Amino acid sequence: MTLLAVERIKLFSTRSPWWSMFLALGLTIGFAAMMALQSGPEFPLTLSMTQVGRQFGILVVLVMGVLTVTTEYRFGTIKATFQAVPNRTAALLAKTALIAVLALLIGETAAFGSWGVAQVVAPEADLAITTSEQWRMLVGLGPIFAGSAVLALAVGVLIRQTAGAVTLVIAWSMLVEGLVGMIPTIGEDIQNWMPFMMANHFLTGSAGDSSDMPLGPWGALAYFVAIAVGMLIIALITAHRRDA
Amino acid sequence: MIEAVGLTKRYGSTVAVNDLSFTVKPGRVTGFLGPNGAGKSTTMRMMLGLDRPSAGKVLIDGHPYRELKHPLRTVGALVEATWVHPNRSARAHLRWLARSNNIPKQRVDEVLEVVGLEQVANRRAGGFSLGMSQRLGIASALLGDPQILLFDEPVNGLDPEGIHWIRRFMQRLAAEGRTVFVSSHLLSEMSLTAEELVVVGRGELITQCSTEEFVESASTASVKVRSPQAAQLRELITARGLSVHDTDTREPDALVVDGASSDRVGEIAAEGGIVLHELASQRGSLEEAFMQLTNDSVEYRTDSGDPSENTTTLTTAGK
Repeated sequence: MTLLAVERIKLFSTRSPWWSMFLALGLTIGFAAMMALQSGPEFPLTLSMTQVGRQFGILVVLVMGVLTVTTEYRFGTIKATFQAVPNRTAALLAKTALIAVLALLIGETAAFGSWGVAQVVAPEADLAITTSEQWRMLVGLGPIFAGSAVLALAVGVLIRQTAGAVTLVIAWSMLVEGLVGMIPTIGEDIQNWMPFMMANHFLTGSAGDSSDMPLGPWGALAYFVAIAVGMLIIALITAHRRDA
Repeated sequence: MIEAVGLTKRYGSTVAVNDLSFTVKPGRVTGFLGPNGAGKSTTMRMMLGLDRPSAGKVLIDGHPYRELKHPLRTVGALVEATWVHPNRSARAHLRWLARSNNIPKQRVDEVLEVVGLEQVANRRAGGFSLGMSQRLGIASALLGDPQILLFDEPVNGLDPEGIHWIRRFMQRLAAEGRTVFVSSHLLSEMSLTAEELVVVGRGELITQCSTEEFVESASTASVKVRSPQAAQLRELITARGLSVHDTDTREPDALVVDGASSDRVGEIAAEGGIVLHELASQRGSLEEAFMQLTNDSVEYRTDSGDPSENTTTLTTAGK
């Protein structure tokens, strides 16, 4: 608990988490508002249309996850941290837990905020949340944001430099996973096992074009979380062994 | 009490610190002296458990740093003043450090007052001058009221007032019975602050002794002699196997005799019936003494061809 409090003081005594939250929510919910504004009889608004802005949110959460640790390396505060808390695994786990919880809250707020804004802007649209799939799409955004933050943090610990780590996580989630599918014959099979494809599959389920996904939605979530945790473990072992 | 035992750090094929053993005792300021690139900072980082030694260990009151429960309460360190997030206030920086080692919140205000930063405590640390950052670094070192303090080149880049402040401060800490270990590449600086010296070059221990002893043993005695019959005197002295050279300013009637007492030179002159206008013993400066001892162990040196000139070409690279 002490270490969590330490990381909380560290995180909220700089401005970047506030900017990250503001941007993640603003972009996601703003996009939902735009969708709702432009909808009408010809383009009826659906529940899943209110949620497409989540891509922006994931992007911001990835950057936030990287920054929480690369800024520490950049300014040397990671050394001050390890000097104060020689148990590096504990110090980094506390940081991870804090950022995961924060990302989870951002995710839930983004999902329900988008839904709420869409209802206000387009009250005539049918946006009722009735099926379990629909609930999963909204409530599920929190865990996906949390997993993304953990994944990004792990990459940050491994790479230690903001530019490199940010480029990697963004290029991976935005470009690599899409381009892999274009490789003939094996491309699509590989693509279906990509972590962010799995995350998307968990959120959209049968509503997405994911009929040939290898796992069900809950299996996809488990897979995504396992990748994030696996990366985290590699990062923790590396940080433990390496010179700070 | 700090003990380093066979401390070694290799980076690939480069050996930064080689089999270094020394002890630092409480109640005095111990200087950690060596030219730039001698492995001082690396050693300090290994003391703090930040870098892993390739071999050997450092014990802090008998325990490795990584096993200390609340390390900030045992060891305070200023390794680099800039280990602060530029957008975080000085107070927030000290608050998280205090929280991590269960140090009461009031202590943050206490140390801010000790280093004179209470006026700017809520300003972002990124806007601090070097002197202020250094003070904040010292505040974080003092936070846990530790008995052991490590300072790595604390006066680097400070103005005279800041240097003076740090010197007095370290002496006060030692007078309180604490163990104070300060690194520097300047012997003149250490001679003013440190009672005891651990001297290193190229990552190896050159000597551990009192500052006085170090200066005594390292500086060569020489005698300056001025005479209207300088040429004649020179012959007499060299005939007795002593080395003679011109003064640095190349005065025509003056000589410098190395490794001899003024008594001996006076007697030689009297034997030859030579008139002397001046006879004075000279003691080498601290800087000369230091360079002489670390001469063989300077990592970076320009090769000027003349070996006697090498001593003056210590570079500042490698920090």
